[in-house]
Amino acid sequence: MGEKLRGAEILLKALADEGVEYVFGYPGGAVLHIYDAIFKQDTVKHILVRHEQGATHAADGYARATGKPGVVLVTSGPGATNCVTGIATAHMDSIPMVVLTGQVPSHLIGNDAFQEVDNVGITRPCVKHNFMVEDVKDLAMTIKKAFHVATTGRPGPVVVDIPKDITADVAEYSYPDSVEMRSYKPVTKGHPGQIRRAVELLMSARKPMIYSGGGVVIDNAAEQLIEFTRLLGYPITQTLMGLGAYPASDPQNLQMLGMHGTYEANMGMHQCDVLIAIGVRFDDRVTGNLEQFCPNAKIIHIDIDPASISKNVAVDIPIVGSVSNVLSEMNKLIRASQFDPMDMEKDAWWEQINQWRAIDCMQYDRSTDVIKPQYVIEELSRLTNGDAYITSDVGQHQMWAAQYYQFNKPRRWINSGGLGTMGFGVPAAMGVQLAYPDETVCCISGEASLVMCIQELSTCLQYGLPIKIISLNNRYMGMVRQWQEFFYDRRYSHSYMDALPDFVALAESFGHVGMRVEKTADVSAALKEALAMKDRLVLMDIVTDQTENVYPMIAAGKGHNEMELSPVSGGPGTDRELS
Amino acid sequence: MRHIISILLENEAGALSRVAGLFSARAYNIESLTVAPTEDPTMSRMTLVTNGSDATIEQIQKQLNKLVDVIKLTDLNEVRHIERELMLVKTKAAGDFREEVKRLVEIFRGRIIDVTDATYTIELTGSGKKLDALLEALDEKAIIEVVRTGITGIARGENALHL
Repeated sequence: MGEKLRGAEILLKALADEGVEYVFGYPGGAVLHIYDAIFKQDTVKHILVRHEQGATHAADGYARATGKPGVVLVTSGPGATNCVTGIATAHMDSIPMVVLTGQVPSHLIGNDAFQEVDNVGITRPCVKHNFMVEDVKDLAMTIKKAFHVATTGRPGPVVVDIPKDITADVAEYSYPDSVEMRSYKPVTKGHPGQIRRAVELLMSARKPMIYSGGGVVIDNAAEQLIEFTRLLGYPITQTLMGLGAYPASDPQNLQMLGMHGTYEANMGMHQCDVLIAIGVRFDDRVTGNLEQFCPNAKIIHIDIDPASISKNVAVDIPIVGSVSNVLSEMNKLIRASQFDPMDMEKDAWWEQINQWRAIDCMQYDRSTDVIKPQYVIEELSRLTNGDAYITSDVGQHQMWAAQYYQFNKPRRWINSGGLGTMGFGVPAAMGVQLAYPDETVCCISGEASLVMCIQELSTCLQYGLPIKIISLNNRYMGMVRQWQEFFYDRRYSHSYMDALPDFVALAESFGHVGMRVEKTADVSAALKEALAMKDRLVLMDIVTDQTENVYPMIAAGKGHNEMELSPVSGGPGTDRELS
Repeated sequence: MRHIISILLENEAGALSRVAGLFSARAYNIESLTVAPTEDPTMSRMTLVTNGSDATIEQIQKQLNKLVDVIKLTDLNEVRHIERELMLVKTKAAGDFREEVKRLVEIFRGRIIDVTDATYTIELTGSGKKLDALLEALDEKAIIEVVRTGITGIARGENALHL
């Protein structure tokens, strides 16, 4: 027999039994019983954010860095609606998260009560699943189900809406060891026949490409991916979400593909004869024009989500299963077949790839006194040995971080790839730093994104989170400006950042260290100085070139072979004059 | 092409809106949708008529299967099946017209289930096409009200959708 407890205590016990370290939250009327229960225990630590959106991104960052589910607790009404952006962000990138939202007491539901909102209804399209608890007796089991659904199969956020009276009601507590849901049974093992067919096709390829994504990171399958890629000797490219799962420094790595991918990766995609897509979803930013996508390739696709397969691109050999399982099985077959890996020195396909590589599409002007954003990232990468945890916001700085930081390990690159949420970077970095207090955690941002969740600088002070914010300040919403330059005849409609704050003073007013860097020659020393401040949050306001664009670029609707290169790498560029 | 998708789902609050929401969020068509609990009150059976290319229908099935409340589904188009719809029609039925409506109902093997001096209420079950045919046969001016349930269906023979 379990002990008799109030709902609020049951919730905290269940979180503790689930192994939850941190809950990111913000109190309010509907969750006061729960906050009282938090006060009376010390197993689950609560992190008080300054805005509920920050709670969701922090939990999300924690989940991305650790692989464990992030947990959020907020009140009803605006507390819940403020979470929607963070929930949708996690949903698009398949991040395990459990969001506990307070709700008005059961008898008031539907009465337009104070701080009432139909949260199950509002979040339905952007969660993996959601629950409303109707009886305190179901509370523990619902929490168990929420964690089960959030963390298995293709992970995602799960919302549990808890009316206030449920948290006061009493029931016996016992936490279930396991959960069985007849309607939810994700497949993990790939079909052996499909795996065999795929390996045969792969081994017969002359111009193969490996295209891997976030699924490899989520499934902790980097080791299997590295073995797979080395056994075959084939070129590999990663999506934005997949960076780090295969070491950036490895010669077989053609780095990122897609809209801002490398020339060699995109040309390789365009000309390959066999493509294996691993834990990816053929996002439009990756594929470009679907009509021209890998026109000559037979395609193999491994994904845990059957709905991802043949959604955008029809594939020849679909394999539903976890990436780690399927790659392990493939590796066994390849080893057993004594396959000779493709020779990087002699093979004609590698020769072609190396010709593309020789174009060196990531060049930029290194001679300027005004700071080039790419240089800042390169220096950061060098100074941290490609081993820091890097979060980012969304825009040009995000693409430069992806292109110029050498991610050699998985779970180091934490960004909102699917939803593209500005404001993600700082709170996500808080979650990462809490998980790994001794690691270097940097948030690469821009002055536009940074202010979208700037209030969390208080949270960072309260909990002593020494993140390093590297804000590439070009006084523009850079990516918007870039598109306006390319596609709107340089009509820079509302993409400039006027009336910016003094970021150094701003950091200091929040109790942190602020630095401003304005010359290329000062970048390296400033970064070193900031990184050396192990116990202080440093906000680096780095004043960068306003005119810099992200290259290469495939314009929306174009094919992989229609990249525009930077003027420095031989592209036409545009002559630019800003304001 | 038109497809009839039969779905077993948890009889939970919100399950219907998950299905309906999926269709609107992904811009799929719903021609009709019927739902009611099964012999096991914890499960509902839904019959959904939709249309789209083969690729769209495949995606619809995968996305439906992905919903945590969906237990099982089948595309009835892939098997021999029976489809039925129930229609109630209230018509004017005065004077000579009264006999004519009655004859029509007999031809269609429907039933008159409510009668007043001036109206008949007709019950007709059958395929959607049969129901359409009765409506066409009736004088448009005579029709007062039409209520249709939408299609429900079941596989022929041993084939069945159950746990």
